Amino acid sequence: MKKPRKGPATAWAAHWALLPMGATVLIAYIASILWTVRISLSNSKMLPRSDWAGLTQYINLFTTDRWSTALINIGLFGLFFIAGALALGFLLAVFIDQKVRLEGIFRTIYLYSFAMSFVACGVVWQWMFNPALGIQRSLRNWGWDSARFDWIASQDMAIYCVVICVLWHSSGLVMAILLAGLRGVDDEQWKAARIEGIPRWRYYLNIVLPQLGPSFGTATVLLAVSVVKLYDAVVAMTNGGPGDATDVPTKFIMDNLFERQNIGLASAASATMLVTVVIIVAPLLYARSRASR
Amino acid sequence: MKKLNLVLATLAAALGVASAASAQKAEVIHWWTSGGESAAVKQLADAYNKAGGQWVDNAIAGGDNARAAALNRIAGGNPPVASQFNTSKQYHELIDADLLSSVDDVAAKEGWDQWMPKPIKDVIKIKGHYFAVPVNIHSGAWFWYSKAVLAKAGVAEPKTEAEFWNALDKIKASGQIGFAQSGTLTYERATFTAVLLHMGGRDLYNKFYGDKDINATKSPAFRTVLEKFKRLRNYTDPGVPGRTWNDTTALLVTDKAGFQTVGDWAKGEFLAAGKTAGKEFGCFAGWGPAAPYMISGDVFVLPKTSNKESIAAQQLMARVITSPATQVAFNMKKGSIPIRPDVDASGMDICAQAGVIALKDPARQTPDPSMLMAPDVYGKVADVITKFWNTDMKAEEAQNQLVAVLSAK
Repeated sequence: MKKPRKGPATAWAAHWALLPMGATVLIAYIASILWTVRISLSNSKMLPRSDWAGLTQYINLFTTDRWSTALINIGLFGLFFIAGALALGFLLAVFIDQKVRLEGIFRTIYLYSFAMSFVACGVVWQWMFNPALGIQRSLRNWGWDSARFDWIASQDMAIYCVVICVLWHSSGLVMAILLAGLRGVDDEQWKAARIEGIPRWRYYLNIVLPQLGPSFGTATVLLAVSVVKLYDAVVAMTNGGPGDATDVPTKFIMDNLFERQNIGLASAASATMLVTVVIIVAPLLYARSRASR
Repeated sequence: MKKLNLVLATLAAALGVASAASAQKAEVIHWWTSGGESAAVKQLADAYNKAGGQWVDNAIAGGDNARAAALNRIAGGNPPVASQFNTSKQYHELIDADLLSSVDDVAAKEGWDQWMPKPIKDVIKIKGHYFAVPVNIHSGAWFWYSKAVLAKAGVAEPKTEAEFWNALDKIKASGQIGFAQSGTLTYERATFTAVLLHMGGRDLYNKFYGDKDINATKSPAFRTVLEKFKRLRNYTDPGVPGRTWNDTTALLVTDKAGFQTVGDWAKGEFLAAGKTAGKEFGCFAGWGPAAPYMISGDVFVLPKTSNKESIAAQQLMARVITSPATQVAFNMKKGSIPIRPDVDASGMDICAQAGVIALKDPARQTPDPSMLMAPDVYGKVADVITKFWNTDMKAEEAQNQLVAVLSAK
């Protein structure tokens, strides 16, 4: 059957409709990225300068101890946060999928944390982790005198406090996405599995989980975006401390952009982050485009 | 026709009254948000309003945040009428970019050339023109102590460095917190600066912060300073990480901790809690009558604007801030010293009076590090110091990292 030919008027209208979005992408995104890269090649301090400094800012960046620590921190955070959120979200989705009563109420409760701002989460969890105010003090008040939970004051464990805070915040979203995926799984399979005598947990692990591939993919992408832009939770919880134990690349960039009055270094750091994200995302996009052909 | 004239005349009068009422409206960005600071800035606002202006307060908590907001507004073309900065190099790039108005007429009228202390003049008078209105003189490296805590430990005010360490040991032995430390980047660096100045000496301080001398930074004397700084950690409590400076001063106010090294802006916290200098708390700015006196302070800069109303507001602001009555009222509440030497100092408490005496001796006047270092180098020093304080980094490693910071472009 012949495809109906689109009239010239339709094509013209479609292009005009895309113009605002095209302009936004061109001006806001691409031009900003080019400007940032340009500044990273200059000696700009507080205000932009148009001189050329070659790769000085990048050399300064990679010899800065604090930047290396920030990269390690975001790596650890990303790993534990994404793995934890996917696992926790899956468990919550499976729980809701058991056709519990008051399912709507549970779903709302679990999803509610996602509606909170990162700053509010960060402040509240800071109080929870504070040894003198929060969990440690409560445990001691309830009789367990030698209880210790001062992770937030520890150089090695403070980053995991941030992981817990953002995990609490975002698990609900993962749950919602995976629940939608679970609802797409054919219920007849459970009946078939029951006849075979397969226990429920085995059914979920070996039969349902592989079918949730696309949902997990979506959830991972959203979580990865949260990892890259982690800033307000860190500032609200620990302000990068103690020392630089919870420092993250975005905080390094923001500090240099404003308070340290060194936009050259901040731009170099931003460009580096962009390259890192592109390196990670590009193979995934390529694989996806190959798969859809 | 007559009726129309009447209507037009009334309209014009109403507009005239309205514009006169809204004259000299000044949006002021500052970071004075703690209890003592708010009481002090209210004095400025009241004086400005009484002089015919309209103070529009834009308080932003945190010095870094307030400065960042102000810089963005100024660079973006929507500047506030006045903006607070420290007496430092923070706003020098704005001067270079010709974004600030000069205040030469106020300076000439008040005779700043004659009596302004040299460290302050060096950072507000650039290329022969004054670009900032100093509002106070603070001193960063004071020692504060709670009399009750020292009495319970059986020690008196330490008159030498050895007595200071002895006092810390005795306070720790009596079961109290010896040294109250604020676990933020700025105040970890501030404690290090105080140790460098008072235990390392003025020469080493000037070589490090002023000359960025690599050899001085690598010297054994500098390593001793770093080790003494780390030694203070033995006398602190577990609640240090993340605690703000005023919550740390609260430990002294509530007689839980012995000593704190912080600037004389801490006095505002004591005053706001109803404590009196010499009775419940004590203060000293180093040991001996020749001890170096670190000077810093706050200024207001007046961003260049073409708005006539804002220019009038800026002129009024500069006049009001430097007037004797406002200077006394503001500084009494703030814990700092007036910039003018011709005000009556007899109403000030013993700490402020000691500061005035120290200030009179030019040999003791030492610039604050932010007057000597650009913000990004000063920030990188803080990064090294905070890592040194919080980890088990060795003093030699900290020396090497500081050398790297000083020699970077």
